[in-house]
Parts: sequence; structure tokens; C-alpha cells
Amino acid sequence: MYNAKFIIPGLIVFLLLVLFPFVKGFGTPEMKVELEKPKTAKQCVLKTEQMRDSHMVLLNEWRDMALREDKRVYTAPDGKKYDISLTNTCLQCHENKEKFCDKCHNEVGVDPYCFSCHNLAPVKKEGGK
Amino acid sequence: MHGSRRDFLKLAGVTAMGLSAATLGLLGDGAQAADALPQAADFANPLTAKRWAMVIDTAKLDEDTMEKCIHACHSFHNVPEIAGKQTIKWLWKDEFEATFPSERPDYLSEDVKKREFLLLCNHCTNPPCVRVCPTKATFQRPDGLVAMDYHRCIGCRYCMAACPFGARSFNFQDPAPFIKEVNPIYPHRTRGVVEKCTFCVEHLAQGQLPLCVQASEGAMVFGDLSDPDSVVRKVLKEKFAIRRKPELGTEPGVFYIL
Repeated sequence: MYNAKFIIPGLIVFLLLVLFPFVKGFGTPEMKVELEKPKTAKQCVLKTEQMRDSHMVLLNEWRDMALREDKRVYTAPDGKKYDISLTNTCLQCHENKEKFCDKCHNEVGVDPYCFSCHNLAPVKKEGGK
Repeated sequence: MHGSRRDFLKLAGVTAMGLSAATLGLLGDGAQAADALPQAADFANPLTAKRWAMVIDTAKLDEDTMEKCIHACHSFHNVPEIAGKQTIKWLWKDEFEATFPSERPDYLSEDVKKREFLLLCNHCTNPPCVRVCPTKATFQRPDGLVAMDYHRCIGCRYCMAACPFGARSFNFQDPAPFIKEVNPIYPHRTRGVVEKCTFCVEHLAQGQLPLCVQASEGAMVFGDLSDPDSVVRKVLKEKFAIRRKPELGTEPGVFYIL
């Protein structure tokens, strides 16, 4: 092999760098986020697993339904009807963004811009920011 | 020489850290809890029409009533109060020459000369703002309302250039600090989007008239222009009304009785 004295150490360094996150993360417990659950309601619009996976898809659908199609009422799979509104429905139960939305968003490093417009109505009441 | 490079890199590092810290900062500020949140049942009987329109009887509107209308609109919709060129307006007033520039009256009556006119988005039948919007953030609904999807607005301001009525305002800065009392049940806007009057779609969906019409003490009427028995058509049958800049062919949906 030509230039083995460069290539082999280079490959080793490369592998070390690539494998570093796996080595470092080995044995650490699974990521767990403690959320503050709403006190007023037990059941969300969809099942918890579905909400966790795809609440962002639902929110986009809600946005288009309310704004573009003028459909303001969402019928959940369990037959319950909800006003299509992030401000008035979601944040009504999930009162504190910092104790609910932010927890996961910060953990996984996403920064959605929902809250630059949609009010965090009851947060201030609780003495939050 | 080496020292200065090292200093530069340090400074660059600190700046990058500062920038990333700023983006992590929490956005928006809250307000008091809402008392009466709209529920799904409130949307059972929406007001519907083929073509929404408004008639404003300008002689009936005095200074106080106009202020009441503007306050009703701006306080509910979280319209910020910013003075100067960056002002945001959904509903505002101006004098005859600015309202009807194409009328060119030589000898205006004293009464009309002094009168102020309530101005808002005309929700035109042929809205130029909709034609120019590159992202379809501004669109026309089947009932004639010219609506906006702020999520899609990229802030290019083509619509502001296209609108002949000055009905659109751009958020040059974050509007939140300029809202005196935040209405917690209605979102506000963010920096970099255009905003305007919505003809109160959220109230129509709940079977209520627009807020300015409710506050106008009968000086404004709102209804279906395509229905010959609607309130607007009845008023238009009886009284002569004009629209702003009709020569442009946008077919405004707001009529003024002088």
C-alpha cells in the first residue's frame, strides 16, 4: 500500500471521530423528559403516542383547516369536538409552555416559531416569564 | 501578529456563543388568563355569504364613535401602537382628499371637508395584493374576504406596493412590546410579516358581526352583497354610496355614504 503511514493513522482517527458519539453514549440511560401534565383534562385530542409523534403535523393541518378552509371545529376520533386553535384549545390545557412544550423542544434541539405569535396566555398568571 | 489572530478567534467564538444564546431565548410574553374562550359549540352557527361587503354612513360617524370602532378592533386583534413610519393599522381614519383622491371636487362642502372617514381593507373582488403575493400567503376566500396566512408571509411587501388603499402594514420590528394590553385569546404577529384587517373572520365564524360594526352604533352595516334582501343591499338601494378609487377596477367591498 502506498502512503500507509498516512492512510492507516488517518483511518484510525476517522473511525475514532465517527464512533465517538456511540462510545460516549454507551450505557447512559434512555432520554427521559418529565412533562407537566394538564390538571384540567385527561385526554388530549389524539392518543398520547400520536400527539408525541405527530402533533406538528396536526397543528399544520389545523392551521390550513381554520385559515384556508374556514373549518373551525375538529372532531376527534373519540367523537369529541374541539375549537381549532393553538391559542385557545392547546394552550388552554397545556398552560405552561416552559413546563410542557419547551421541555422536549429543548431536549431535542428544535426551535419552532409558534410562540412568536401565539400567546402564552396563562403563563404570566402563574408567575412565569 | 500571532496574538492578534488569537484574539480575533477568541472574539469570534464569544460572539458565536452569544448569538446562539440569543436564539435560545424565550419568545413572546404572556398575559392574563382568558375568561371566555371560544368553544367548539360557538362555531355551530357561522355567518355565511357569497360576497361580504360593508356600508359606512360617514355622516352618522362622529369622532368618538370612530375612536370606539378603532379601539374595539385594535384591542381585540392585538394591533400594536407604533408612532411614525412603522405604524401598524387595521382600521384608521383620514380626510376626504386622501380617501377619495379621484373624486377631485373643486368646491367641497364645509361639512364633508371637515369630515373624517373610517378606512380599512376593502376586501376587493379583484384584489391586486393576492395577485402579487409570491407565496399565496394572501388569498381570497370563496366568500370574498381577502385573508392572510401569516405563517406563509415572507415579508416581501409586494402586497403593500400593490394595494392602492394603503391597507397593509409591515412589522419592521417585534410588535409584542407595543401592545398595551395583550388579548390572550387572539395571536399577535411577529417581525417580518405584513398584516391587515380581516373583516373579523373569527367573529363571522362564531355568528357575530365584525367588531367595528358592533361598535359603530348603527353607522356601519355588514352583509351579503349578492343577496338582494341583505342589509347592505337595502341600504345601497336607498342611499347613494361611493367606493374608493373605483377607476382601478379592484371592486372594493366597502361602500361610503357621504
